[in-house]
Amino acid sequence: MRWLLLKDIQVLRRSPMQATLLILYPIVIALLVGFAISRDAGLPRVAFLNEVPKDTRVDLGGEKFDSLDARARLCKRVECVDVSSREEAIAKVKSGDVLGALILPSDLAQRVNSLASLNPTRPQVEVIVNQEDPVKARLVNDRISTLLSEANLVIARRVAKNGGEYLTLIRDGGELSFLGQSFNVLGLKSSATILESVRKSVPAGAQRGAIDQVIQFARLATENLDLASPLLETIAQPIEVKKQVVNEATPTLDSFAIAVTATVTLMFVTLLLVAGSLALEREENAFGRLTRGLVSRSALLIEKIGLGIVVGFAVTLLMLAGLQLFVSLEWSRFLLWMVAIVFGAAGFAAAGAALGAATREVRAASLLAFMVALPVVFLSLIPSGAVGPGLYHVIEFVTALFPFKPTLRAITAALDSSGPSLVGPLLHLLALITAYALLARLALRRFSVV
Amino acid sequence: MLEGTSTTQNALVVHGLVKHYGDVAALDGMSFRAEAGELLAVIGPNGGGKSTLLSILAGVIRPDEGEFEVHSGEVGWVPQHAALYRRLTVEENLRLFARLEGHGNPEAVVSRMLDLAGLRERRGEMVLKLSGGNQQRINIAIGLLAEPAVLLLDEPSVGLDPRQRARLWEFVLKLAGEGTTVIFATHDIQEAEQYGRRMLVIADGQKLFNGTPEELRQSVATQAPDVAGRDFESVFVDYLAMRGY
Repeated sequence: MRWLLLKDIQVLRRSPMQATLLILYPIVIALLVGFAISRDAGLPRVAFLNEVPKDTRVDLGGEKFDSLDARARLCKRVECVDVSSREEAIAKVKSGDVLGALILPSDLAQRVNSLASLNPTRPQVEVIVNQEDPVKARLVNDRISTLLSEANLVIARRVAKNGGEYLTLIRDGGELSFLGQSFNVLGLKSSATILESVRKSVPAGAQRGAIDQVIQFARLATENLDLASPLLETIAQPIEVKKQVVNEATPTLDSFAIAVTATVTLMFVTLLLVAGSLALEREENAFGRLTRGLVSRSALLIEKIGLGIVVGFAVTLLMLAGLQLFVSLEWSRFLLWMVAIVFGAAGFAAAGAALGAATREVRAASLLAFMVALPVVFLSLIPSGAVGPGLYHVIEFVTALFPFKPTLRAITAALDSSGPSLVGPLLHLLALITAYALLARLALRRFSVV
Repeated sequence: MLEGTSTTQNALVVHGLVKHYGDVAALDGMSFRAEAGELLAVIGPNGGGKSTLLSILAGVIRPDEGEFEVHSGEVGWVPQHAALYRRLTVEENLRLFARLEGHGNPEAVVSRMLDLAGLRERRGEMVLKLSGGNQQRINIAIGLLAEPAVLLLDEPSVGLDPRQRARLWEFVLKLAGEGTTVIFATHDIQEAEQYGRRMLVIADGQKLFNGTPEELRQSVATQAPDVAGRDFESVFVDYLAMRGY
């Protein structure tokens, strides 16, 4: 078997164009995919739970609206999926039916109303998200930020108007209602008038009452300025977001981008090489000569998968070493990288062997490999909630049949300690390796030329 | 007793080979024998079962029924299209297959085969740069690596010019002279007559004739008296017509 391996490496070395394409093409594809995944995903689905009592109205600066108005405004930006409980919202987020969940608590209207008072309580909304990958995490954060910025802007305008009224009261004076009691605020203008008259016509020590009035105004003015502080805070960010993430740890965007690039590279190198190499055995008419007693079909298959693992591993490692010049990689996790890349390479090699054995021609094998791989890559990068739940489940099923997604998860986990678990993707890949190797072995039964 | 039997030792005995592809019988009860050092030509219409027969004898495909026995030694197979790695050199191809054959000293075997094929001077050239004739010589040399008692050649001279063809047959005759049984399938009837000591005519998976070229000519002469002055190819066409092909 080692002689066959040596032969294949010799053949590859003498095909510089093929070798160049094997390296350049995956890089180009990786860049394209990178751009594609950074694009907007359209109108996302968001679970919406409104716990605010129906008859509660929000009154901000004289403008009144109810919770239905709030829903209508929010649902312009996203596709709202109404849920009846917090548990239902969490379940939908976990399953990927929705991109996230927005929960308006029962005291939201009361707290928003308080913003226009002298005793404001900051309103809070709850957001539940499933940041299964950093691209989705960014998408979710962008969407939620946009939604809340719009709501905050509306509230901020109302609160600012109230703040302006308080400042007018301090300047001009007037009646102030606070905690059910009414106060007469003198105002800066009146204070000035009083002081002027006191200074001109009254000798020192007299008119104590007028001086008392000035002292009282000073106290009230101080209190009003104290109230301005929380008021100004609420103008900046009236609604506070309480975010809850329901999935496991999410890797950094850098790690994820590197993992995508590495997986795409590994996939194209291994898939094309193994599919082409196996089909070439038939095109060179060597398959019959080899398998009539020199090498068994199973041994030939193992050799091709081994070739894919060796070359795929080397190219991917070379690419990671190149990336090290620009980004920092955790080389202390090298053993985990090796495991992830070897399993991924074996998965792609087995799939390539199945394609090569099924098509039996190098050109057909290469074409089929592209036709299968490219859509699978794009489908695998669609985050849950970005499309309808039915379609997403179909996408999940389809992508689970190909080694790209589990390899991406395995390499992500291996690259970043904050990434997902490595065990699940490796088991998934093991199942795919077995299945594709069996398919390839079956296809080799009709591989001979007569 | 099977046809082709003689007092010399049988190198190959084939009995009742059957092979179906779907409903089509590629071989339907094929039986014959071949002697050591004999040159047996397998001829017949296209799709008659020649390549299937050779592929079964080579162990590339399995028969549905029947069996064959090689008296001693290996069976060497030279497929119709050169089974070579075109991006490897002549020497690398020979070395690869010598290693796969399990030769203890592959370099010695490679050296011998380079001499046998007359390609020592071109051993470092990639196969894709060689002519069809030279590729076929390497193809045959690889078939001989196992030092087979029986050598199967499937359309060995297809695509070769007359000079290359002559050199090829010189090479094959030398092998037969050394005791190798050579069974070759061909569409070239003149070639079959010239080099085949015996002929096996196959059509629709069945054996129509097994004997010398002269015996075939005599068989046709019984119904067409003018056969004596005609070339062997037209005699063969008449024979097939007489048998309904």
